[in-house]
Amino acid sequence: MSLVHKTAAELGRLVASREASAVEVTQAHLDRIAEVDSKVTAFLHVDAERALAQARTVDERIARGDKLGPLAGVPIAHKDVFTTEDMPTTAGSKILEGWRPPYDATVTRRLREAGLIILGKTNLDEFAMGSSTENSAYGPSHNPWDLSRVPGGSSGGSSAAVASYQAPLSTGTDTGGSIRQPAAVTGIVGMKPTYGGSSRYGLIAFASSLDTPGPFARNVLDAALLQEAFSGHDEFDSTSIDAPVPPVVEAARQADVAGLRIGVVKEFGGEGYQPGVLARFHETVDLLESLGAKVVEVSCPTFGYALPAYYLIAPSECSSNLARFDAMRYGLRVGDDGTRSAEEVMALTRAAGFGPEVKRRIMLGTYALSSGYYDAYYGQAQKVRTLISRDFEAAFHQVDVLISPTTPTTAFPIGERADDPMAMYLADLCTIPSNLAGNAAISVPCGLADEDGLPVGLQIMAPVLGDDRCYRVGAAVEKAYADRWGGPLLSKAPAL
Amino acid sequence: MSAITRDEVAHLARLSRLALDEGELDHFAAQLDQIVGAVARVAEVAAGDIPPSSHALPLTNVFRPDEVRPCLTPEQALSGAPAVEDDRFRVPRILGEEA
Repeated sequence: MSLVHKTAAELGRLVASREASAVEVTQAHLDRIAEVDSKVTAFLHVDAERALAQARTVDERIARGDKLGPLAGVPIAHKDVFTTEDMPTTAGSKILEGWRPPYDATVTRRLREAGLIILGKTNLDEFAMGSSTENSAYGPSHNPWDLSRVPGGSSGGSSAAVASYQAPLSTGTDTGGSIRQPAAVTGIVGMKPTYGGSSRYGLIAFASSLDTPGPFARNVLDAALLQEAFSGHDEFDSTSIDAPVPPVVEAARQADVAGLRIGVVKEFGGEGYQPGVLARFHETVDLLESLGAKVVEVSCPTFGYALPAYYLIAPSECSSNLARFDAMRYGLRVGDDGTRSAEEVMALTRAAGFGPEVKRRIMLGTYALSSGYYDAYYGQAQKVRTLISRDFEAAFHQVDVLISPTTPTTAFPIGERADDPMAMYLADLCTIPSNLAGNAAISVPCGLADEDGLPVGLQIMAPVLGDDRCYRVGAAVEKAYADRWGGPLLSKAPAL
Repeated sequence: MSAITRDEVAHLARLSRLALDEGELDHFAAQLDQIVGAVARVAEVAAGDIPPSSHALPLTNVFRPDEVRPCLTPEQALSGAPAVEDDRFRVPRILGEEA
């Protein structure tokens, strides 16, 4: 098996035992990028020289006998919404084209400290707003299963990179589903940790009460290893949780659901869901029962209002956060001809530098926060948010985890929803409640839809700081399906 | 009846510091009308006495120790600036002639 097809855990072991060097592992992935990324367009920036230099450092440290973590020498693709002081950071926007941040995000710093080799920065919907990467100012990424379809979003470059073996691991951020949805539609694993479990310092803000960094991988254990590597308290993020990281790696190894109580969310299914998605989901429910879990139906009546509440709360926070792009201190400046005022330059720059979806959300948020509308829109959405948290609390009194399909449909064709915002927003129907409540949720592959042969994801939701439960159930599903399918789902993907 | 008018969208664009052209205003007015119409469904939830949540975590006033520590140098802070003069950000005029 070639190096690019190995798991991150295996690669870490090979490098640690010096059966393969970090340089060899890194070069194999750079070669793979050179071979396939012209078709997939997962990366906005690749820095081969710097990656190889980092790999040499890891090899030298191992030769000296330094004790490094389990992912030392393993390559990773990093979402281009985390600041990196040695690479450009664009957030998929023209307004930050060519910008070099003066500091590293905490997640970036921890990847480096763990000895992970950053290959480059991955494509995303502009400022992480979207479900397809079509809102990137630098063009869409493509789904490795079918290049005419989207790889999900906003972290679609990261999902596409891992699903096409350009990297065994990648980072993402999940504000309304931006890790779980791209993982589901590319047949890989994507985890949204508990809000506050991973640091937002140096993550370019979209909606600060929702944004959560998390891992992508081709298997559950690798995702757990990556989450463990970059998680934990950070004094530079005032919403960081000062508590130990849940035992995610141990849970991923446990992979057992015997005696666990699992709730099927009654509100997620039926009209608007693709039949092939529901068929795979129901099969997985049966599978979990056959593995010894006790499955019951659970009603979360307010979940049906999560999508509208989210599309008031997230744009409101976005309209405030993106005010920092003012053409004064960094980024694009347009129309500064000596005659125009700062305010005119600001308006011209923002009109030229932001794409349509970002403009829509800034205006929608400005509207929802306007006096006269605030109580009816933003205020009411915040109350709905409280009720969604209460639905989760009540559900987790009855069951250990909740499950649903990750997305209502499989990957849709590029262009199909590009200028239809409401259709695009529906991709996040099942993922949004966990962002509003801040609890942990993962997506793991659960088969291919009959209609189109494309991947379907199972979402597993656990209480706040119950991240380990997501991994435990996810690993059990992964193991049972690998036995049934004779290998991982991704081995069924067509060659690129 | 539309949920949001074209004039309102033009006003929002001004508040948002977005210099939109006429074509964009037409396009966004139709789309925002559709989106606002859809998200207005939150009103269906009976939530009169429910406290609002601005956040998922019950955290308030989190500070780290107030200690002097290294920070960005002027060169680093100005490294991405569109225009610099005398170690400062150079910006277009802020006060209007009539002000």
